[in-house]
Amino acid sequence: MDTIFALASAQGKAGVAIIRVSGPLAHNAGTQLCSGDIPPRGTALRVLRDNSGDPLDQALVLTFVAPNSFSGEDTVEFQTHGSIAVVSAVLDALSKIDGLRLAEPGEFTRRALENGKLDLAQVEGLADLIDAETEAQRKQAHTVLSGGLGQLAERWRRDLIRAASLIEVTIDFADEDVPVDVTPEVSALLAGVQNDLEHETKGAIIAERIRTGFEVAIVGAPNVGKSTLLNALAGREAAITSEYAGTTRDVIEVRMDLGGLPVTLLDTAGLRDTEDHVEGMGIALARKRAEHADLRVFLVETDEALDVQMQAGDIRLLPKADERNGSVNAISGRTGQGIDQLVSHISDVLKLRSSDVGVATRKRHRDTMNSALTSLSDAKNILQNGPEYYDIAAEDIRSAIRSLELLVGRVGVENLLDEIFMSFCLGK
Amino acid sequence: MKHSDYDVIVVGGGHAGTEAAHAAARMGVKTALITLHKRDIGVMSCNPAIGGLGKGHLVREIDALDGVMGRIADKAGIQFRLLNRRKGPAVQGPRAQADRSIYRSEMLKVTEAQKNLWIIQGEVTDFQMIGETVTGVTLSDGSEVTSRTVILTSGTFLRGVIHIGDVARPGGRMGDRPSIKLAERLDEFGLPLGRLKTGTPPRLDGRTITWDSLQSQPGDENPSLFSFLSNQTHAPQVACGITHTNERTHQIISDNLARSAMYGGHIEGVGPRYCPSIEDKVIRFADKTSHQIFLEPESATGHTVYPNGISTSLPEDVQEEYVHSIVGLEKAKILQPGYAIEYDYVDPRSLALDLSVRSVPGLYLAGQINGTTGYEEAAAQGMVAGLNAARQCLGDEPVIFGRSNSYIGVMIDDLTTNGVAEPYRMFTSRAEFRLSLRADNADQRLTPLAISLGCCSKARKVVFTSKMEKLECAREILTRESYTPKKIGESGIRISQDGNRRSGQDVLAFPDVDFEDLLQLIPELRVVSEGIRRQVERDALYANYIDRQNREIAAMKRDEAFAIPTNLDFSSISGLSNELQVKLRLTMPHDLAQAARIDGMTPAALALILARLRRDFKNQERRA
Repeated sequence: MDTIFALASAQGKAGVAIIRVSGPLAHNAGTQLCSGDIPPRGTALRVLRDNSGDPLDQALVLTFVAPNSFSGEDTVEFQTHGSIAVVSAVLDALSKIDGLRLAEPGEFTRRALENGKLDLAQVEGLADLIDAETEAQRKQAHTVLSGGLGQLAERWRRDLIRAASLIEVTIDFADEDVPVDVTPEVSALLAGVQNDLEHETKGAIIAERIRTGFEVAIVGAPNVGKSTLLNALAGREAAITSEYAGTTRDVIEVRMDLGGLPVTLLDTAGLRDTEDHVEGMGIALARKRAEHADLRVFLVETDEALDVQMQAGDIRLLPKADERNGSVNAISGRTGQGIDQLVSHISDVLKLRSSDVGVATRKRHRDTMNSALTSLSDAKNILQNGPEYYDIAAEDIRSAIRSLELLVGRVGVENLLDEIFMSFCLGK
Repeated sequence: MKHSDYDVIVVGGGHAGTEAAHAAARMGVKTALITLHKRDIGVMSCNPAIGGLGKGHLVREIDALDGVMGRIADKAGIQFRLLNRRKGPAVQGPRAQADRSIYRSEMLKVTEAQKNLWIIQGEVTDFQMIGETVTGVTLSDGSEVTSRTVILTSGTFLRGVIHIGDVARPGGRMGDRPSIKLAERLDEFGLPLGRLKTGTPPRLDGRTITWDSLQSQPGDENPSLFSFLSNQTHAPQVACGITHTNERTHQIISDNLARSAMYGGHIEGVGPRYCPSIEDKVIRFADKTSHQIFLEPESATGHTVYPNGISTSLPEDVQEEYVHSIVGLEKAKILQPGYAIEYDYVDPRSLALDLSVRSVPGLYLAGQINGTTGYEEAAAQGMVAGLNAARQCLGDEPVIFGRSNSYIGVMIDDLTTNGVAEPYRMFTSRAEFRLSLRADNADQRLTPLAISLGCCSKARKVVFTSKMEKLECAREILTRESYTPKKIGESGIRISQDGNRRSGQDVLAFPDVDFEDLLQLIPELRVVSEGIRRQVERDALYANYIDRQNREIAAMKRDEAFAIPTNLDFSSISGLSNELQVKLRLTMPHDLAQAARIDGMTPAALALILARLRRDFKNQERRA
């Protein structure tokens, strides 16, 4: 039985975070992290350290002996400070210990169930939670990663199915009129997915989200004062402002600290119908970025129709408060009217949201993507040895798909066969 | 007239029926095989070939369980080819063209000679029932044969309709009269039915084919046989011919499409995508100007040739015309026109993993009636049904084949978990543990099971035990000692000097190291015989991957340990969606692992089922 770990308290910023380790190696893991003895059963205050000995946090360590624990297994719980960075560091340290892995959704519960620790009523309640968590993870995968992940994952799925089906057609239909050597095409498909994955794991988005923070887009018709507002918020001339509509053609980004949260403000080209090709491209880009941002601030009139969909938590304000008389819910970058309220409003929404962004979830994604990457590179290497080793390459591709299941969905034999029969005329 | 009581009655003498009857008889129970005519036993109604990719694996597994198909195919084989010879051993599949008449006569011979097995010629018209339970069959002459279990292997007889162009006539392999009565009886059981179709090409007279103008495909020089007990071929060996359709052929077919049964709208059943008719190929792949045709002799001595690749439901005159448009077949005489056949099948989700019908005690189904296609798929099911019907008679628990131990298990699980959408054929890609489930190790995987079940002959046991001893000995020498990279390098094997000590087994796992390369390093290996050397190599090749697969298997086995009782009422589990409840009721999964494989299953739903199982188990414990 594997030893599993995960954040057991609510995800995100909180006063205290509880990280649970359950399974036969739980106590070992605890000892390793505390670099010293912990009582077999009881509580202790310890400094947690990573494997190079650097301190991570001071934690209250609770130890339980099977079967007297939530899961019915040997268990260690660390109560750490609730900072996202601390939780992330502790999870990372745990994942480096041999024989430990991150728990699947609902896995603690499942073990508790198998060990007879839960009654049915509890399980029924928990089933809803697991459902919600599985769904939340899927969604989170799409939001935590770069905005376009929906399409990206769809392409990975398509390419991996195509790659696997090319290999399988040479194996299962070897006695028919099918290609013998599919190495070049399969290698190219795998390389594409590999590049994307590398970009996602190493590159900006996942790891840096917490550091770089959230994207807030300012949206509205041309010349309603979006750039002026941005400049006022940023305290410097980041975007060029002028009286002419359509001045901002690119998306302008300004990073800043809003109420303690790292935020990237996006000033977008004003949304309007235009004949100007360059401006048109700017508007298309603006729409896309605005849609994928974490939060949108709309500068629009009360009765104005919106080009960009308003999403939960978005803020809607009247523009150019300085040109209105005593209008509530209006803002002006020029006079600074309403700016303080906007700042506190944005930071309230984002604080709430940052507590939802699961550290463990991101970590799970990174882990699965890393293991998919390993499998893909194994597959590519073995492919170089030619059709003789296609059976092994197929196994590596299967592993990669299994790792990415959460992102690309389950790929079954039927998917492969569909692709095979669509592409090749088979059957004697 | 009343026949004496049998333990197992097998209805049908095709590939499922013969394998089922032999399996039951080997288990030591009194078995009757009822067939319309003795000459129907072991008949190959489609193309005269056994094995192939995935299918060859099934034949090896049947043989490992001491079944008959592999041995008979070796007797009847007239051209042997190991498919994927150049690829890894996990995906190599033995295949043979078989002489139809030799196959039939040899199958009849072993069937007549089998202890505990009686052949009854007759038409089965009805089941005998006591309450819900099947207790025997009634024959058309009014006689009754009683038994404790019945295995129905009736192929395409259920409302079979044969189509040639716009001419349709009822027909299945067993004739019409009995099938209707039996079909009505099956209707009364209320089993869910579906409709499928399949097709055959016209049969040609080999004497009218101009072979000289055609490419020839000989068999392998060293034939790979099916049976672990065979060591040579018996029949004379022949070559197949290869020809191609051309644009004129395609034109003729397009021009007459409306007259095809399929495209003329006479057929509603779903056909297999991997066995499309020539009409399908011409329409769906219109940019292809030519399709391959294999001309397969049906025997070494007769003249019938099976043109594999042009199955059709076009009218006879069109068949004549398009056949003559093909190089080599300009003057070919059609001995029997091609036709499509439509038939009912029973949704295999109504079966348990032992192939018994869940709602009709005493009744088992095997073969094409369960929505599969192919002799090998049929025979493998026959094996499962035969063994289990016998075990039921002996009062033993069912024997269940799993996805982790056999292709047989993969097939049974696929069928009973998610049913079929087209005739089900085995592919190696269906087996997620493909690297461990190889044709070469079928005996290692399944013969021990056969020995413990009691269905394995003494002769096979002796051969198997001796092979395992030799293998064990070779493995022991290979793992006994570990060597420094320096020592290994000195023996002539290229290896990185990373300081890691390696055993002979580890070194053999390198892709470019042969068994022979190890002889200098480990001279004791010289005594190991050729066959064992190759076997050890194949095991070592996948060693790293098999370790990983074994972890997956272990996780699956944990879930398999949670058996789901057959009377579990899924509608009483609150929180399960309606859709899942319906699927679960249809499939009635055997255990939690099978439930997890149902299309659309969620982790939450599994937790709910698991919780119910726990509770029921606790309650039982409390009562006990």
